[in-house]
Amino acid sequence: MSEILSLHDAVARLVRPGDTVALEGFTHLIPFAAGHEVIRQGIGELTLIRMTPDLLYDQMIGCGLAKRLVFSWGGNPGVGSLHRLRDAVERGWPRPIELDEHSHAAMANAYAAGAANMPAAFFRGYVGSDLAAVNPNVRFIDCPFTGERLAAVPAHRPDVAIIHAQKADRAGNVLLEGIVGVQKEAVLAATRSLVTVEELVDALPRTSPNAIVLPSWTVTAIAVVPGGAKPSYAHGYYSRDNAFYVAWDAISRDRETFQAWIAEHVLSRPAGVAS
Amino acid sequence: MTWTAIEMMTVSAARALTDDDVCFVGIGLPSAACNLARLTHAPRLRLVYESGTIETRPDVLPLSIGDGELCETALTTVSVPEMFQYWLQGGRITIGFLGGAQVDRFGNLNSTVIGGYARPAVRLPGGGGAPEIAACCRRTFIVMRHSRRAFVDRLAFVTTLGHGPTGRERRALGLTTEGPALLVSDLCTMRPHAETKELHVTSLHPGVSRDQVVEQTGWPVAFADTVVETPAPTAHELEVLRDLQARTAAAHGVAPAE
Repeated sequence: MSEILSLHDAVARLVRPGDTVALEGFTHLIPFAAGHEVIRQGIGELTLIRMTPDLLYDQMIGCGLAKRLVFSWGGNPGVGSLHRLRDAVERGWPRPIELDEHSHAAMANAYAAGAANMPAAFFRGYVGSDLAAVNPNVRFIDCPFTGERLAAVPAHRPDVAIIHAQKADRAGNVLLEGIVGVQKEAVLAATRSLVTVEELVDALPRTSPNAIVLPSWTVTAIAVVPGGAKPSYAHGYYSRDNAFYVAWDAISRDRETFQAWIAEHVLSRPAGVAS
Repeated sequence: MTWTAIEMMTVSAARALTDDDVCFVGIGLPSAACNLARLTHAPRLRLVYESGTIETRPDVLPLSIGDGELCETALTTVSVPEMFQYWLQGGRITIGFLGGAQVDRFGNLNSTVIGGYARPAVRLPGGGGAPEIAACCRRTFIVMRHSRRAFVDRLAFVTTLGHGPTGRERRALGLTTEGPALLVSDLCTMRPHAETKELHVTSLHPGVSRDQVVEQTGWPVAFADTVVETPAPTAHELEVLRDLQARTAAAHGVAPAE
């Protein structure tokens, strides 16, 4: 059964140095507040998994918390580069970072395989791509029935999955709506999971019998963090702060400007206050 | 009416889409082109974004691939694993739009690195959905701005297969889809030669000379036997596109990516 904790206590209890951590949310519902709490607690040596690293991983990488990044698209959506990721890859600042680079299809399949308790995912992928040559985690097998050559990647099995969702009820069940990405798969693939939510309600609204609901017994901890996805968005609550995504380009381009921003907007703020 | 090279490029890409297409849309120019087509000559064109939104009809262009506007105006929204497994790999998509930092004469694309992979001079965002979009869509359209830095003789890295390093690799690798069928730049449109698969210039945008294309292309570019002038954007196309861009700028409070 999931436990309802403060954001500080949930991160302190679930995330450990050296863990493999997936903070997911495909543009929507990115768990920024939880990621910022990981930064405040300085939990490092992490292997970070995420399809689209986005601003959140740019910040965590720039703070030197990641030794390895498992990803498929590392840009600032609609804007350009992730400068902290680039600085780490191109110049090893603040520390070198290992890349385990995939395509979106591979990452999505790897989460689904993890949720299904499979060792690997098999799909029609990487045909003719040099990615297969630079990543030893991309391999190929022959289908035992048709002989077709298929791509194989290891399943994602994070130590911790962290996601943001709209609502949890008092029993600790979680409701996700809108662009739902790979969050259900990430939680089910992980050993431990933390869900931050916009609000705690007496009962989840039953808008459709097919809504995405994570039962309380699949979630380790819940923290109530209104605005916890900002500057990403929460369908039904607030919109994406597109202007901040544009502004991040200038903030992150320069090491000192970046560090000043982190000091002011992350390190000096208490847990659970959206920046 | 006058127009910009980017408007010409967007209009030209939009015209290649039909009412029968199901289109896997990327952010930026492909999104503008697809929605322009939907709002002009192809109202039944179905747009799918990799965030899982199917038959989306956005009123403003998204800044990101997962903007709320896409979900709110979609027929349905599925998870990302389902999008890649059932819809893309399942063969439901007729056209995939692709771009990249570099393209070669066979429509292969690099969006990974400039320089060596281990310690690149420039680390680019990466492949995202492109490697499988290129394999699974019935055909792909490439949209890129023309320059010698982008249209290169030899790619630093093949992120996404076009027709392959010699133009013959798709069949050999077991693919049954067509690959790049059209490239639209701000100077011209190019299509693969029926046999060699090398991209040939088939139309020049109004006011663009052959020399300009030669100058901006990093390989000895080939021209089709018949090269026509791309029909100029109509007043209606420009009006719809500009309205869309204006609505988008107002909604985002920032200018959309091109």
